Amino acid sequence: MKRVVITGAGTINALAHNVPDTLKAMAEGRCGIGPLVMRDVERLAVQIGAQVQGFEPEALFNRQQLALYDRFTQFTLIAAREAIAQSGLEFSGELAASSGVILGNSGGGMTTLDDNYRSVYEEGKNRVHPFVVPKLMNNAAASHVSMEFNVKGPSFTVASACASSNHAMAQAFQMVHGGAAPVMITGGSESMLCFGGVKAWEGLRVMSKDACRPFSANRNGMVQGEGAGIFVFEEYEHARARGAEILAEVAGFAMTSDAADIVMPSKQGAARAIAGALRDAKLNREDVGYINAHGTGTAANDKTECAAVADAFGTHADKLMISSTKSMHGHLIGGTGAVELLACIMALRDGIIAPTIGYEEADPECALDIVPNEAREARVSAVLSNAFAFGGLNAVIALKRV
Amino acid sequence: MSIQDKVITIIAEQAVLEPSDVTMDSTLESLGIDSLGLVESIFAIEEAFDISIPFNANEPQKSEFDISSVASIVKGIETLIAAQKG
Repeated sequence: MKRVVITGAGTINALAHNVPDTLKAMAEGRCGIGPLVMRDVERLAVQIGAQVQGFEPEALFNRQQLALYDRFTQFTLIAAREAIAQSGLEFSGELAASSGVILGNSGGGMTTLDDNYRSVYEEGKNRVHPFVVPKLMNNAAASHVSMEFNVKGPSFTVASACASSNHAMAQAFQMVHGGAAPVMITGGSESMLCFGGVKAWEGLRVMSKDACRPFSANRNGMVQGEGAGIFVFEEYEHARARGAEILAEVAGFAMTSDAADIVMPSKQGAARAIAGALRDAKLNREDVGYINAHGTGTAANDKTECAAVADAFGTHADKLMISSTKSMHGHLIGGTGAVELLACIMALRDGIIAPTIGYEEADPECALDIVPNEAREARVSAVLSNAFAFGGLNAVIALKRV
Repeated sequence: MSIQDKVITIIAEQAVLEPSDVTMDSTLESLGIDSLGLVESIFAIEEAFDISIPFNANEPQKSEFDISSVASIVKGIETLIAAQKG
């Protein structure tokens, strides 16, 4: 089987519009959550979120592109441009024909849906823009990446709610690992911070109205974010032969299904995914120094996740570090695992462990080293990234230093 | 229909029981209503009485809206109606 390495990374999220600034913000423990700015915000019960700030799509895309790109596609392309530029790859000939794009996304073009439902239902219009369908379909982002970069191999979108990006990256890993493709563009994006998107979430009564405080005893819910994280997964020898800079190795992954409840997480399902990822990556428990937690800041997730980590790691659970960067960039739903993988790369490459900010009060049910409030320097050689979705769909990825 | 009867009807429907099976000292748990059922019941109550109930599933015990029994729910709704529509 082929070894798989990461040779490019890109992002745009509430913390910054690129990877270096995002990592800097994570290392500084900066919070990207603030008051939501959107139409009809006064009608929302939840009025905070981690919105991308200072974003001017008109400066990055032309008129024809803007007519076709929903916000989630725009985010994806910005992150993909950064990742592919870093990798130094240009897709032509056999490389173009065999490389693909697999992205995670949950809601598709929510802004497009929201705007057009408004126009037909609220404003009573009987005509919508001709590009509504190609704009809102949730494979639009993957397709536009393939078009912009001439990537012609296996390409599609994976939807598994909050685990979408991890499932997508696991699938991309598998394509390269199995020899089907030398390079895969992967990761994910989400843009659900529109009136209808937030309104739907607040109905479930799991959103916080003031802050995201994962693992803190006084946590009171999740805070939604938006953005994208995109990576270039490349076959190790292919990367070495062209002298590419290697950010990390994708060592393995595992996916499980709780088969239990549509919203409540299961310790067993999560623990099986963690243990499975270690097995697939051929890692011992003691090898793992850091876990980027799913850590949503809900009562249910955080205690279940800590119990699952304790289960899967035994006594080593007390020695490893686990943090939730959602406290800073919010929960990007289908894009979240991709942005969180950046914290994993920072841990491996820079020896900086991103903190869980907003931590105020110890919770005996979350008694792990959650790296409270301040980043920490530590040398780690292997890390995990957890994603546990609504629907009980879990995907855990293992990275290691090359 | 009184507030009490309306609430019992909503809770009975959620629990798939006859209204006569729901008493004022019943707890939602004793009626077999889980966390999703609770959130759905609160939504149904908000719709029926046109009120907004402060409830966060992450900290149900901290909510000003006491869900410990049918009686406490009825009392909470009366308070909210007085505050929001009085």
